[in-house]
Amino acid sequence: MNFSLPIISLRWLPVWRRNLRVWRKLSGPALIGNFGEPLLYLLALGYGLGGFVGEVKGLSYIVFLASGIICASAMNTATFEGLYSAYTRMTVQNTWGGMLAAPLDIDDIVLGEVVWTATKSLISAIPILIVAAVLGAVHGWGALWVLPVVFVTGLCFGAMALVVTALAKSYDFFIYYFTLVITPLFLVSGVFFPLEGVPQAVQIGAQLLPLFHAVEIVRPLMTGQPLHDPVFHLLVPLLYAGAAFWLATVLLRRRLLS
Amino acid sequence: MTSDLVVEARGLIKYYGAQPAVDGIDIEVHRGECFGLLGPNGAGKTTTLRMLMGATPPSAGSLDVLGYPIPQQARRMRERLGVVPQQDNLDPDFTVLENLITYASYFGLRGPELDRRIAGLLAFASLETKAGAGIATLSGGMKRRLTLARALINDPELLILDEPTTGLDPQARQLIWQRLRALLGQGKTLILTTHYMEEAERLCDRLMIIDNGHVLVTGSPAELVRQHIEPHVVEIHGRGVEEWYDTIGGPLVQRGERSGETVFCYVNDERPLLYALGQRPDLHFMHRRANLEDVFIKLTGKELREG
Repeated sequence: MNFSLPIISLRWLPVWRRNLRVWRKLSGPALIGNFGEPLLYLLALGYGLGGFVGEVKGLSYIVFLASGIICASAMNTATFEGLYSAYTRMTVQNTWGGMLAAPLDIDDIVLGEVVWTATKSLISAIPILIVAAVLGAVHGWGALWVLPVVFVTGLCFGAMALVVTALAKSYDFFIYYFTLVITPLFLVSGVFFPLEGVPQAVQIGAQLLPLFHAVEIVRPLMTGQPLHDPVFHLLVPLLYAGAAFWLATVLLRRRLLS
Repeated sequence: MTSDLVVEARGLIKYYGAQPAVDGIDIEVHRGECFGLLGPNGAGKTTTLRMLMGATPPSAGSLDVLGYPIPQQARRMRERLGVVPQQDNLDPDFTVLENLITYASYFGLRGPELDRRIAGLLAFASLETKAGAGIATLSGGMKRRLTLARALINDPELLILDEPTTGLDPQARQLIWQRLRALLGQGKTLILTTHYMEEAERLCDRLMIIDNGHVLVTGSPAELVRQHIEPHVVEIHGRGVEEWYDTIGGPLVQRGERSGETVFCYVNDERPLLYALGQRPDLHFMHRRANLEDVFIKLTGKELREG
């Protein structure tokens, strides 16, 4: 197996641009979903559940929830893109096969796909930010700093998803990843409720995982609360992104070049 | 480069597990020729092509394509290579034009020079009126032509075509043949695989038949027919053909083969056999010149290869 580190060059750009071009053609229905879904979540949970919950850590529940939803959406969007869409390009459409017959390498394709999954995370986060702002759940313009964090979260989960795609024999395989990884992360990373109430072991476990750290930066940025250790919280998802990018490249070299 | 060799492979071996898919193949392809790679399913054709493209590294042997050592400099080599894969992998979400523009971007090509080239390629592929059409609306022949046009987007010196006409109707196939001949006329080098012996005979200057990862023969189609097969073939079928063959026909032929209800007779001089058949109007026969398919069947056997 070729374990060498991926070679970084600007050749990822045409891969990314190809995906953007497809997205632009098909973006109408997708955008409606991008606005509609968070609006429904924020209204139903923020006001509905929020009526019972009252304030959480000094924030009204909808304000607390909006920052969590942005991170969860960044994770889910990048994960879907890195699993189902990338798998389709790899197998059904054989798009990558076409790229590999041109002067592009696996390293370029993986980097282009990872950056694209992060781009999709941004595309999903911007409507949520707008909806949240309209509902009064955003503190000020400083909330725009959320977007780079969302991008890093997308890099992290997109690269992780590509590792799973590199190992997948069919679409069914992805169910395991959702059930065993993504859904638990979704529930224990402080998206819906603060972790103070859960058992110590879960709290510690969550801190080893990337989504928790994304929420830790995004929530203060959106609510105007003081920000603690932003570099550390950014570093964790970045480390996950780097390791997963390398692993996905190694596994896809093995899968596609043997 | 002083050599006119576009491909130079020595002792190429590719293992999958313990099993060699390609087991010590030498290939020389000269500039400007059409070189055919023939063999039954599973013979090692696609693996060989993949090695030539740098899509998979050889387990052993040396390989130079367009003067570049492969796989070390495969990416540089692919800047000057065009590939028509066996299965179409056009982008289904794009129009004809968008497919070409997007593929060009993988080569870093853009701007007015590219626009001119694309206009030329659309004409070459007879797709001028289809530039804005979606891929789903194209016929099989149009898709193949678009795939060919896409493979030419970087004006390659070498074109690799893996079964370029499989699944096409006769008209669509003829059009592809015309285009491939036009490319040879422009001095491009072509390497193709095909299961249609007629196609190989028409297009290829030289070809190689491989089986079980080994080279069986190499040469021009006419040479191979001359070297391996008697020049005339008479195919005979009808009630009582076996009995007739055992008593009368057999002694008149150099080589005979039974396949189902039909007896294939290979002869240097067809006249005595045709005279004898004239006495038996109840037997049906067809007399033809020996062709590449006869060579292929003789060398690779009659049994069916699945997969």
